[in-house]
Amino acid sequence: MRFKDVFSIIGPSMVGPSSSHTAGALRIGRTARRLFGTQPEAAEIVLYGSFAETYMGHGTDLALAAGLLDFETDDMRIRDALRLAELSGMNVTFGKGKGPFAHPNTVRLTLSGGGRQDAIVGASIGGGNIEMTDVNGFDVKFTVRTPTLFVFHGDRPGIVAEVTGLLGREGVNIGYMDVDRKSRRGDALTVIETDEAVSAALQDTIRGMKDVTRVGLVDLTAGGGA
Amino acid sequence: MKFSHLNELAACCREDGKTIGQLMLAEQALESGQSEEQVFRQMADYFGVMKEAVRRGLDEPVPSRSGLTGGDAVRVKEYMERGDASLGKEACLAMAYALSVSEVNASMGRIVATPTAGSCGIIPGAFVSSQERFGWADDKLVMGLFAAGAIGYVIANNSFISGAEGGCQAEVGSAIGMAAGALTELRGGTPEQAVHAVGLALKNSLGLICDPVGGLVEIPCIVRNGFGAVTALAAADMALAGVRSVIPSDEVIQVMLEVGGAMPDKHRETGMGGLAQTPTGKRIVKDLYGKKKSAGGNEKGQEKEKGKGKGETEGEGGAS
Repeated sequence: MRFKDVFSIIGPSMVGPSSSHTAGALRIGRTARRLFGTQPEAAEIVLYGSFAETYMGHGTDLALAAGLLDFETDDMRIRDALRLAELSGMNVTFGKGKGPFAHPNTVRLTLSGGGRQDAIVGASIGGGNIEMTDVNGFDVKFTVRTPTLFVFHGDRPGIVAEVTGLLGREGVNIGYMDVDRKSRRGDALTVIETDEAVSAALQDTIRGMKDVTRVGLVDLTAGGGA
Repeated sequence: MKFSHLNELAACCREDGKTIGQLMLAEQALESGQSEEQVFRQMADYFGVMKEAVRRGLDEPVPSRSGLTGGDAVRVKEYMERGDASLGKEACLAMAYALSVSEVNASMGRIVATPTAGSCGIIPGAFVSSQERFGWADDKLVMGLFAAGAIGYVIANNSFISGAEGGCQAEVGSAIGMAAGALTELRGGTPEQAVHAVGLALKNSLGLICDPVGGLVEIPCIVRNGFGAVTALAAADMALAGVRSVIPSDEVIQVMLEVGGAMPDKHRETGMGGLAQTPTGKRIVKDLYGKKKSAGGNEKGQEKEKGKGKGETEGEGGAS
């Protein structure tokens, strides 16, 4: 099921004019920002398909910038987001791309700052809902409807079980997960969508596990902190 | 959710002795792990946003960001008040309210996507005008939103709800189907009648392309919301009168999928065809993005121009 519940149909409360080009775009930008962990110094944004053709009229550029600023979908500051991004020292650039993406509303964001870089690809599938398809070259799918945990780790037997076992012992239920690796026994990414919030302490425990190189959490649910 | 098709939805309602709205509320509580009260409260908040958008577009009308549209809701309401609208007062008011919310959306005001922002006027238009006419309490309308959401959930998962994927039939068409089914239930119709209303309504918008001028959610989106609210009332009336959708509603949804999948790119929200590419549509785009560099966005379409320095292009159009 692409749409999970009643609020993916009725909602979100948002600033117009387009749920896919404005609210959905904002949520993609916000997902990238939360995964990066802080406001980036620069964000290079490439738009595809319908996004590329119509982004100016729909304020998609404003919405993506607002997402990078960590705004909510109904924040009245969205219309000023590009100016606010600039004032806050974030350099946002836009380009159009052609790619073999399945969905017409696809965007790629490359965030950089502090010597780090994250590249993330997602599509806005309607009604403000999003479907992310790529994180740093890992082919993973997720929707960010619930708290979403990112565990970057080495590919070795048992590591996924160790992480999911820990979540289970802490009473965190998994709704969906996806795993991809760059190569056999190489770098891997496990993305886990959970029903419950994942505490900072729990993230730290996972961070301390053998072969885990990085842990991130994107929680865009109401009250889900940065 | 324990239903994925409209016939299953009606069957579940029959088994549980619930309305569509009550069934959706219970299922949502189960899905989210929250109490029914919490879930109800969130939907009630959304209904508040919708009513505020209806009011705002009529009391404080503002032009759209591009300056192309605005003021039609007020025009229609004033005309309605003269008392000689062909539609009659009630349907004319539904139309005015739907236009109002869509105009608020185009001005970057706050609305609720139902199911999308492009179609955000139809449910508030049909709901708020009916509330005033029949004297319904807010809580009743909130349950109506759950019913509309259940219908939209089925449409979205079996077909689509975005113009980029399936054309305007997927956005405005879905919203009309949702409003028609929910209104049928609010007026005392059975779940079966509500499901027929959905099929009747959807059949009337099959094939509708998404061809916004300049890619903006304005022309023709705003007037289609006005028409949509009226069509929803009509479909609910047909269903309540006992008219049935001979082609079952679930099969109509499959046709929407088939038709949307066959639609060329230029008719799916790219602004490359239809009304967007008429001589007038092209002239509007030229005026908007050509001369007035700041209108509706920024001249940065070519290749990766710098985002810095874009501040001066803000505050365009009618944004205030």
